[in-house]
Amino acid sequence: MDESKPSAQTAEVVPTKVAAPSPSDKLARLNAPTIIDINNVDFYYGASKALHGINFPIKNKLVTAFIGPSGCGKSTLLRCLNRMNDLVEGTRIGAGSIKISGVDIYDPSVDVIELRKRVGMVFQKSNPFPKSIYENVVYGLRLQGINSKSRLDETVERSLRGAALWEEVRDRLHTSALGLSGGQQQRLCIARAIAVEPEIILMDEPCSALDPIATVKVEELIHQLKQDYTIVIVTHNMQQAGRCSDITAFFYMGRLIEIDATEKIFTNPTQKQTEDYISGRFG
Amino acid sequence: MTTRAHPFRRQATVAALKETIVFWLLRAFTYVILGFGAIIFSIIIYKGSPAVFGSIRFDGAFPFIHNDFLFTKPQTLHIFRYKGELKQMSAAQYYAFTGEGTPETAPAAATPEQPLAPAVHATTEVVTPSPARATNAASALLAPATPTPPAETPAPSAAQPKIDPNDITEHETYSYAAGGIWPQIVGTVLLVIGSMTIALILGIFSAVYLSEYSKQGPLISAIRLAIVNLAGVPSIVFGLFGVGIFVIGMGWNISLLAGWFTLAFMVLPVIITASEESLRAVPRGFREGSLALGATKWQTIFSNVLPYALPGILTSSVLGIARVAGETAPILFTAAYATSDKLPWELSITPNRMHSGFLGYVEYPFLWIHDFALHGVSALPYHIYVVSSKIPQNEYTERVQYGTAFVFLAVVMAIALSSVLLRIRLRNRLKW
Ligand SMILES: Nc1ncnc2c1ncn2[C@@H]1O[C@H](COP(=O)(O)OP(=O)(O)OP(=O)(O)O)[C@@H](O)[C@H]1O
Ligand SMILES: [Mg+2]
Repeated sequence: MDESKPSAQTAEVVPTKVAAPSPSDKLARLNAPTIIDINNVDFYYGASKALHGINFPIKNKLVTAFIGPSGCGKSTLLRCLNRMNDLVEGTRIGAGSIKISGVDIYDPSVDVIELRKRVGMVFQKSNPFPKSIYENVVYGLRLQGINSKSRLDETVERSLRGAALWEEVRDRLHTSALGLSGGQQQRLCIARAIAVEPEIILMDEPCSALDPIATVKVEELIHQLKQDYTIVIVTHNMQQAGRCSDITAFFYMGRLIEIDATEKIFTNPTQKQTEDYISGRFG
Repeated sequence: MTTRAHPFRRQATVAALKETIVFWLLRAFTYVILGFGAIIFSIIIYKGSPAVFGSIRFDGAFPFIHNDFLFTKPQTLHIFRYKGELKQMSAAQYYAFTGEGTPETAPAAATPEQPLAPAVHATTEVVTPSPARATNAASALLAPATPTPPAETPAPSAAQPKIDPNDITEHETYSYAAGGIWPQIVGTVLLVIGSMTIALILGIFSAVYLSEYSKQGPLISAIRLAIVNLAGVPSIVFGLFGVGIFVIGMGWNISLLAGWFTLAFMVLPVIITASEESLRAVPRGFREGSLALGATKWQTIFSNVLPYALPGILTSSVLGIARVAGETAPILFTAAYATSDKLPWELSITPNRMHSGFLGYVEYPFLWIHDFALHGVSALPYHIYVVSSKIPQNEYTERVQYGTAFVFLAVVMAIALSSVLLRIRLRNRLKW
């Protein structure tokens, strides 16, 4: 204990000094193909650099959790994955590349619309549209010009079942989505995201506004969704990361400090900072 | 004893005195302002409402409520003594009474051209000839303030023998003081509908561009500042601008069309500013949620931003409606006639092919649009200006002066009320 304090401080100043196997090597034994390849990415908000040389793969059909203290760049990285940061003026990727299924998504030839159809997103603050539950779910399909009643009905049932919401709302599909509880609203947003059949779902602190019971429901849902989707989840809740993710990435001050299988990170992290953060000593 | 000694005892200090004076001063100012408002409104209501409510008649013919003041055209008021008896008559009544025919008014009085339906009465009469109905039909054209009861007025008839002109003494006439203000109401409504449509389309488009598409920078800030400043430009300047661009430049002359565009440009700054505010009030989550589902920018704006901004845009535009309805200066040289014999849809005077400035040659099927849009109209605020400055103010003209002001006041109040109702309704329906 007496020795750990000074060493923690030096580790903060020189974050990744300890030579470690590269993230790809460490995750290789998980034996899942890579779907997103993040390659030495630097990211800027105007002049300020928010991400420093992020470099790791995201594995297909596994749940990857991003953890780290507030302001370390978790949301920034997540929003890079479906180019949501394009909406913020003055942002740019300074160096490196992000490849999804081998395609550089920041290449000028990439259609952002198509990208976002494949990479869905659930936001921290649930944002159901002020329409009926039904219209919320089919919103993405209507955008694609799909208006056939049978197709829409079928999608609504499939998505709501997929989001574990069907039983609760089947009798009031045509009432306003704003009449749902906070947890139901968040699950509706998940249903809306899976209605367009993406391959990857990004979730930015999806449970931060929910009570424990609703949180458990969303976590169970994440477990189910893992069968069909690759999920990336940002969370401040260590237990949640431990419960529902396969891989955990720990960030600090815009840098990736450590990434490994979740049980490894939580039982035996190689980095001092990771250990301190997980055990609640800072952040 | 103990109660006196406590430390929070009220004391007569200078500060307390100042406090009292300030309170009474503020109160006095507010009540003086309120008092003036109340006086102005009560005078208008007291003197103007008889013109409207004094002439309502219920009868069997559509539109069931007949109102001479609201639904007939203005006429000249004739005041004279006939065999020493003071008489007050509208032009139509006067010519029927004297048997004189004038090319404009006498046929107009006899033919069913008036918006009120003498023709309907005429046909009803054929089925059930009733003397009461006949007088009713005749009095449809009368000024309601006529002291002589309708039964005494002889029905218009060409066979009527002329009365002796020497029996008529002290003959005075007042333009517009008899009849009603139907063309003015129609003109105001048309001006409001047309200009608000143009202003809303242009205003919403540019607000969407400014707040959703443009890159925020010094140029956009400058444009925004210019728009805000434009809202403070006096309306007469917009009137002159309208004359230069639309009346002369586009060759539209004094017309409904020129009035529409002039008024639209006058309210545009208000609408753009209000629309931008409403757009900004739509939560970011709606945009991000939609974009994250693979919507294009326009899809997002059209289906997930504009619908939620629209209530706000519309409610603030209602204030614009009141302004469009109320301004005289912009239409003074661009759209307003003091009087027009025909309502816009009664004009079918043009040949079946004619040249008109910007439209080129206009063919027959579109001529009614041409006639409709390229002729001036009358309007309530301009009518108030005309009847209060161009004819003398006395007991005979009071009816039209205060009556018009009263109707105008009612129209503006109705607009304001509908804005409040609209806001309440839309707030209840769209909440987030
Ligand atoms: N729109 C923006 N403009 C400028 N800087 C930003 C913007 N958004 C985030 N940042 C900065 O980028 C850094 C990373 O922010 P980010 O939102 O990714 O953190 P986070 O890890 O998601 O934090 P939290 O856990 O609080 O959500 C922070 O220093 C933040 O101040
Ligand atoms: Mg965040």
